[in-house]
Amino acid sequence: MAATAVTNTVTNQSKSLWRHAWSTIIGNRLSCIALIIVVFYFTLALLTFMGVIAGDWGKEIGPSYSPPSAEYIFGTDIFGRSVFLKMIKGAETAIAIGLATSAITIVIGTILGMIAGYFGGIIDELIVWFYTTISAIPGIMLLVAIAFIMGKGTSTVFISLGITSWVGLCRILRGEVMRHKDREYSQAASALGAGSFRKLFKHILPNITHVIIINFSLTFEMAIKSEVILSYLGLGVQGRPSWGTMIDDSKLELSRGVWWQLAAATFAMFFIVLAFNVLGDALRDALDPKLKGK
Amino acid sequence: MNLYSYILRRLLYVIPVLLGVCLIVFVIFNVVAPDPAFLLLGRHATLQQIADLHHELGMDRPFLIQYLDIVKSAFTFDFGYSWSSKQQIWEMFKAGAIPSLSITLPLFMLVNFSAISIALLVAFYRGKLIDKIVLIVSIAMMSIPSLAYILFGQWFFAYKLGWFEISGFDPSIPGFIPYVILPILLYVMISIGPDTRFYRAIILDEVYQDYVRTARAKGVSELSVMFKHVLKNAMIPILTYVIIQIPFLLLGLLLAESFFSIPGLGGMVLKAINTSDFPVIKAMTILSALGFIIFGIITDVLYTVVDPRMRLK
Repeated sequence: MAATAVTNTVTNQSKSLWRHAWSTIIGNRLSCIALIIVVFYFTLALLTFMGVIAGDWGKEIGPSYSPPSAEYIFGTDIFGRSVFLKMIKGAETAIAIGLATSAITIVIGTILGMIAGYFGGIIDELIVWFYTTISAIPGIMLLVAIAFIMGKGTSTVFISLGITSWVGLCRILRGEVMRHKDREYSQAASALGAGSFRKLFKHILPNITHVIIINFSLTFEMAIKSEVILSYLGLGVQGRPSWGTMIDDSKLELSRGVWWQLAAATFAMFFIVLAFNVLGDALRDALDPKLKGK
Repeated sequence: MNLYSYILRRLLYVIPVLLGVCLIVFVIFNVVAPDPAFLLLGRHATLQQIADLHHELGMDRPFLIQYLDIVKSAFTFDFGYSWSSKQQIWEMFKAGAIPSLSITLPLFMLVNFSAISIALLVAFYRGKLIDKIVLIVSIAMMSIPSLAYILFGQWFFAYKLGWFEISGFDPSIPGFIPYVILPILLYVMISIGPDTRFYRAIILDEVYQDYVRTARAKGVSELSVMFKHVLKNAMIPILTYVIIQIPFLLLGLLLAESFFSIPGLGGMVLKAINTSDFPVIKAMTILSALGFIIFGIITDVLYTVVDPRMRLK
């Protein structure tokens, strides 16, 4: 009896932050559903990327602007293409944009934030000045300006979104690194002869990864939503279906009673953005130690 | 550090930030952007025409002079003339501000008042069914793109049902009301979700503090705890969030103004983007950054006035 009790407490104590977070997310019905939705969309995107499904989205399947029916699930667009297939293919575009934008944001935000927080002094002041300047320009103006000089296209969408959305992460990481760099584990690493680079990436980074993960879910969702605005401004994705261009197309179609492109794209977007919102909240609750126990 | 030297230090920091904003604008539009000569003269311009235009726009001068020009415009508000309408930009800005404000000001008050009220209500009933419903509905409303709200709202409520004006604007005082109701209502729908969620989080941060427990232990009623203790302390982040929105009121609503043909600043920016009107985009970027910086300082100063702990830093 005593032995099992001891092992029990030991296993409870050794539960890492990540295991704890995982069990919190799995334990909550809502965040569990959100996780399933996200996995579903990613699978869909992967399958369309490999051409298994929706590979023939560009094919004419019926007359132009056929309303939704048993034959055409979400109707057809101006060229008689299936809106349903375009919606599925759009998931690939959305997830590609979300991933690429988050990747750029994380690389810029993490590197600048960690350098500023760790080295301090003039380097810190320069980086703080840089992000204060960037954040002083309203996001939409900077986004449009960068997208404008880059011209239309998919890469414009994620590069301009990535360049404009790293400030929040950088600011938080700078503060986190400042808190961590003088902790005992960090001093111990220096005592063992670890250089700045090793200390930053091997010792401090694993302790602040949760901030990056929470930020990832926010950036991902923001990127999918912003793609719509860039599409409306004529700076969006070209040559492949995206939810943004579908919504943008419907601005001329609605007055003719063609509502299904708008409905299909909004419908598809709604669930993944909702799921990322719920998951972002769940991740924050599970990973942010300050909120633990509330 | 006393309050005045703090304010002075914050004010002095405006200069490097504004110079930085000018630098970004300069790099984007004077260095990286495609040559405006092709946009203004078309593809078949002669070399002489292009050279003349470059001279006229001052593009044949050294980069440093061009940069200093932008800096000068940021401090004197003399942004020159629009390429497409040939009007003075500062005059365009003044003309567009009123229609923009006629939408954004009522919207700003309506959204913040209702979001704070709902947030207080659900914080009072935290963890109960109503709290969960409000949270889910807020997140659901955030998950629909703003363009979808505008497209659907204009088509359904104005075009199909005919309840509101489809588009247009009347600059006279009571005359503008019918034109702004629908855009305001649609933007309330767009903003109330994120705002309610944000205010709820702020208020809940306070609800779990020790002083709230102390107040309850003393026998203070739950209602009084909410308004006298929690709201008062939550006012600091709430104030920050509200004030920082003010410069955006002037920027107008980029999407709604063009859909509803309201001659405001948001529509002006959109038109400038579509016609590659560099001077207008540059001017709006600098002006909105300036507004953002100034209101950022106001927030910081208010912080130190409201919360004495901040002064020590």
